[in-house]
Amino acid sequence: MKVLIDLLRYNREFLLGTILISIILALVAASFFAPYDELATYVVIPDMPPSAEYWLGTTSRGQEVFWQLAAAMRNTLLFGVVVALVSRVIAIAVGLVSGYLGGRVDQVIMAINDTLNALPNIPILLLLVFVLRDQMSWPILAVTAALLGWQHDSRLIRSVALSLRNREFTRHAVFSGMRTGQILWREHLPYVMPIVFYTTMNNLIWAIGLEVTLSILGFSDINRPTIGGMIYWANAHSAMVAGIWWWIVVPMAFVVILFLGLFMLAMSVNEYIDPRSRLARMGA
Amino acid sequence: MHGFLIYVLKRLGQFLFVVFTGVTLAFLIAHFSPVDPIEQTVSLLTSFGNTDPRSVELLRESLRELYGTDGSLLEQYFTFWGRVLTGDFGPSLSAFPTPVSTVIGRALPWTVGLLTLATLLAWTIGNLFGALAGYFRNNRFLKGVGVLVMSMQPIPTYIVGLTLIIVFGYLWPVLPISGGAQLNLEPGFTWAYISSVLVHGTLPALTLVCVGLGGWFISMRSLVSNIVTEDHVVYAELAGVRGRTIFSQYVARNAMLPQVTGLALTLGHVFGGAVIVEFVFNYPGVGKLLIAGIYAGDYSLVLGVTTIAIIAVAAAMFLIDILYPLIDPRVKLG
Repeated sequence: MKVLIDLLRYNREFLLGTILISIILALVAASFFAPYDELATYVVIPDMPPSAEYWLGTTSRGQEVFWQLAAAMRNTLLFGVVVALVSRVIAIAVGLVSGYLGGRVDQVIMAINDTLNALPNIPILLLLVFVLRDQMSWPILAVTAALLGWQHDSRLIRSVALSLRNREFTRHAVFSGMRTGQILWREHLPYVMPIVFYTTMNNLIWAIGLEVTLSILGFSDINRPTIGGMIYWANAHSAMVAGIWWWIVVPMAFVVILFLGLFMLAMSVNEYIDPRSRLARMGA
Repeated sequence: MHGFLIYVLKRLGQFLFVVFTGVTLAFLIAHFSPVDPIEQTVSLLTSFGNTDPRSVELLRESLRELYGTDGSLLEQYFTFWGRVLTGDFGPSLSAFPTPVSTVIGRALPWTVGLLTLATLLAWTIGNLFGALAGYFRNNRFLKGVGVLVMSMQPIPTYIVGLTLIIVFGYLWPVLPISGGAQLNLEPGFTWAYISSVLVHGTLPALTLVCVGLGGWFISMRSLVSNIVTEDHVVYAELAGVRGRTIFSQYVARNAMLPQVTGLALTLGHVFGGAVIVEFVFNYPGVGKLLIAGIYAGDYSLVLGVTTIAIIAVAAAMFLIDILYPLIDPRVKLG
């Protein structure tokens, strides 16, 4: 708790990130009180500019931009969180095991790790989207994205685990008869948690970016509101040319808010992990 | 020299392993999908008007041969490898009867040119400013640059591209927002054509540079600010070495090494960004080809582009790894 207050006081990035993410979370909370079904179209007058009645205007599909945005933000965040969680589990497992076992096993695991890392994600995802077509749903997409997005982080975790391997307490644990799984879970996991938090933020940014990109291209369930999906529909109705700018500018602006918020938080968490730069900032 | 040879062989092994894994993965995804590409194509081709059932059967047969779905799984796998190695992915359905390899060959130079230029620009500018910002920690201007490039870095490529289109295409229409060159110009080494290519490439390249800059800036700044506190730098300062020499020879040169390795590692990611940029700006490269292929249901084109992309990215990484000993002489000694 004290850490949080300190961060808010001395770390402008953390403060700004918290504010930006609060806006997003408020929007997500609002989505549960939407007056319309998020899938329904033509519930309000189409193409109305922002006004007192329609805060952010309405779309050519007769939906209110504000409530669409709220639902879209919730769905997009959910996607990002699922990807981040699943890929964290893989990254932690691979990183800890590889670092703890070391030697040959470590070499083999890391060779596989680097190979997977070298494969370009977007073409592989697009190929999968292509062959699955209509059977592509967001959970499948999330799991696939998670399978493509852990290699970088597992390498970071492994480098920490490698240094824990020869520490006194690890040896104690081994001699006192703890099983390997227990050592990793109870002794090593707490040490890598700061790195896990930091990489989670970055992974969230990556996953949401991926979702936005794929839905803008129309490669996900386009009826389910997402940030990218909103832009997809706006493009499909040539909103920019027709002068319905609020339809496309609003989701873009909120994507920027979301990404900046997450990025600021990631930066400040990174700074928290590296105490040298924190001290420099506090003027010590 | 001996150490260098071992180094190259190791990298070559890794390159081959990456290609092998990627091609196998592409094969498996394409093969185990619940959607049958043959039936899909058949329904695509027969959706207009009535077609004679016998000709449909003939169509199925020739498609089976075309997509290499004859025989057992292992046989199909070897057929696929044979096609990859000879670069023969059959004719493209959306540009029938042009072979997929020709279509890709036409698009590849655009992507390679755009990517090489944008990546080198982003890498150079990002590292230069990052190094300066790490060395002169209290410089106001550099801090401002830092805030600017870092806030652009997390934003998805598409959003950056679209913003640039809105700014330079609608609000202040000075740059072309679509295509690779002016359409009525004959391609060739004429000044008009080359300048048209450059002008059309400005916004796509600018998008990639904007997105790529921040990552290099951040990592270079933290690398440099760590190296600055190291003993050899302090010693050089005490010995009265000129500031400029310290910066370029003692600090920046050491900090560059991990950045070159980083360049190789991020290429796959950069390629993904290029796919999006080409889509946004309607740029005639392989990324746009891939997306157009998906929209058109062109199975052989999509599979061909994916495979080529995997191999090309792996090859570019291999190239960077091979050039690495030029800047880090320790590798040569082994």
